Amino acid sequence: MNAPAASLATAPAKAESFDCRQAFADELMTIAKADPRIVAVCNDSVGSSNLNAFQKAFPDRLINVGIAEQNMVGVAAGLANGGFVPFVCCASPFLTGRALEQIKADVAYNNYHVVLCGMSPGMSYGELGPTHHSIEDLSWLRAITDLSIVVPADPNQTRAAVRWAVDSGLPSFLRIGRFKVPSVSTEGDAFAYGRVDRIRDGSDVTLVATGVMVSRALAAAELLGARGISARVLNVSTIKPLDEAEIIAAARETRGIVTAEEAMVEGGLGAAVSQVVVRHAPVLMRLLGVRGFAPTGDTGFLLDHFGLNAEGIAAAALEIAG
Amino acid sequence: MLADIARAVRRSVVRTIDAARAGHIGGDLSVTDILTTLFFSVLDVDAAAPLKPERDRFILSKGHCAAALYSVLALRGFIPEEELATFMQPLSRLNGHPNRRKIPGVEANTGPLGHGLPIGVGSAVASKLSGTGWRTFVVLGDGELQEGSNWEAAMAAGHRKLDNLCAIVDRNRLQQGARTEDTNALDPLADKWTSFGWETIELDGHDHAALHAAFTAPSAGKPRAIIANTLKGKGVSFIEDRVEWHHKVPSAEQVVIALEELSA
Ligand SMILES: Cc1ncc(C[n+]2csc(CCOP(=O)(O)OP(=O)(O)O)c2C)c(N)n1
Repeated sequence: MNAPAASLATAPAKAESFDCRQAFADELMTIAKADPRIVAVCNDSVGSSNLNAFQKAFPDRLINVGIAEQNMVGVAAGLANGGFVPFVCCASPFLTGRALEQIKADVAYNNYHVVLCGMSPGMSYGELGPTHHSIEDLSWLRAITDLSIVVPADPNQTRAAVRWAVDSGLPSFLRIGRFKVPSVSTEGDAFAYGRVDRIRDGSDVTLVATGVMVSRALAAAELLGARGISARVLNVSTIKPLDEAEIIAAARETRGIVTAEEAMVEGGLGAAVSQVVVRHAPVLMRLLGVRGFAPTGDTGFLLDHFGLNAEGIAAAALEIAG
Repeated sequence: MLADIARAVRRSVVRTIDAARAGHIGGDLSVTDILTTLFFSVLDVDAAAPLKPERDRFILSKGHCAAALYSVLALRGFIPEEELATFMQPLSRLNGHPNRRKIPGVEANTGPLGHGLPIGVGSAVASKLSGTGWRTFVVLGDGELQEGSNWEAAMAAGHRKLDNLCAIVDRNRLQQGARTEDTNALDPLADKWTSFGWETIELDGHDHAALHAAFTAPSAGKPRAIIANTLKGKGVSFIEDRVEWHHKVPSAEQVVIALEELSA
């Protein structure tokens, strides 16, 4: 699945890039200062979740259970029962993989207001390998009833999503990216829960992306524009519940849809979009994502390896609208 | 001499991490004497026949210390020494955590903590069921013992009196972000293993003779837990017993000093 497309022009120069972890930690601190219900729960992950400042400011409100993710999620459910709003901060592969049943039974089925924060998701841990890649998380969690799934694409969206997670009162999963990406949203209107954002209009083909793939979809739209193809770009920051109207509009108004996610194609964003498309307006689709256990390599190398870059997205779009 | 081999392993760990500019140096250096003693004086394994059915099984449950395991496997002839320079490079066999599909001598793809001991229990049961008689050794981090899965496995092994199973705890008292006893205390650790039905031996985890004696002592009719008291970062003065060196990478100057200290 290496990206072909030697014929495509190269992507535009890189804008300034940010990872979302600091925005996440800053917003959590700001809210925690005003709201004593906020507690952080973690698994020997104070540093990797950027919680050092939180620990310093609120030593009693940081519950580090040690390397014990199943216990961590159960403890969070109990804290929610006791009136607190726990932010569970843990590397996404271990949070979602190890504690999956606790997420289903203790959090979602109980309907406890726990905010599960999947840190360093997708291919963030590149060369640490498949045990550390959190690429099944979207598939696993989409199957859990009453759990909202939010994937901010940049720091603005991250801050807004943290505020939403507190105000909503809902059990939720926030996927907090680590790979540096440029901004794709505006500060005033960064994120609305359940809304898909049309961040570029177009009429030939639609590129639907989430998280770190959003800026790459925008770059792909530039490449396609240079070939005379008008690509619409949708940023899906709420994967569940999915904004069906915007997906149906894309299916009706353009010739087909390419989805791109830093996750397995079996069950994540592409699968969610497909489920809407086949019911309402069947069109050709291409689903880009991770396939199989990755070889050794850093994050950038692996994203390229799986065709998760501007050239790969553009090439898939050309198959539909070329 | 095991001491010479262990020194070579430590030097290899430093060079491998230097080349990759990544790795878990503290835990690699603390576990080195345990791995060296096992691979060079205890385990019945053969680099020429890495899958021979009656081989002893070794599982590095604290899989983040892959650089130490790869170094030992290289010195023991399972992989070429030159290959260590490819650690974590694109398309290398030497991923940040060991992969049995690619590396001979690796029995389990560890990395998420708390998986090695349950697999070890299964391997010990298989040895008995098949009547083959191999022994199974599992190396665990002490922070790793906070995972409940270890205690499920410990209970099963005690219940089944798996005297062909040996768990070694690299008791360096540090985990990723802090000291174990400040995070989620493990002590009294020996009592825990004993109460789960294990024979428990506590020793200096850098003493090759003591390690060898504990690995080869006659069966006590139950599984054996060895609590190996170690120093995280053992052998490099500025790394020893410092939590910030869990996965910090030494600078070029620090690499020179480290290699100097390790050649003494
Ligand atoms: C299930 C799981 N949770 C968290 C981690 C992240 N992690 C990697 S190493 C480590 C600390 C391990 O400490 P310890 O077992 O004491 O190993 P050592 O100090 O010997 O390196 C942590 C938390 C992991 N690899 N797996």
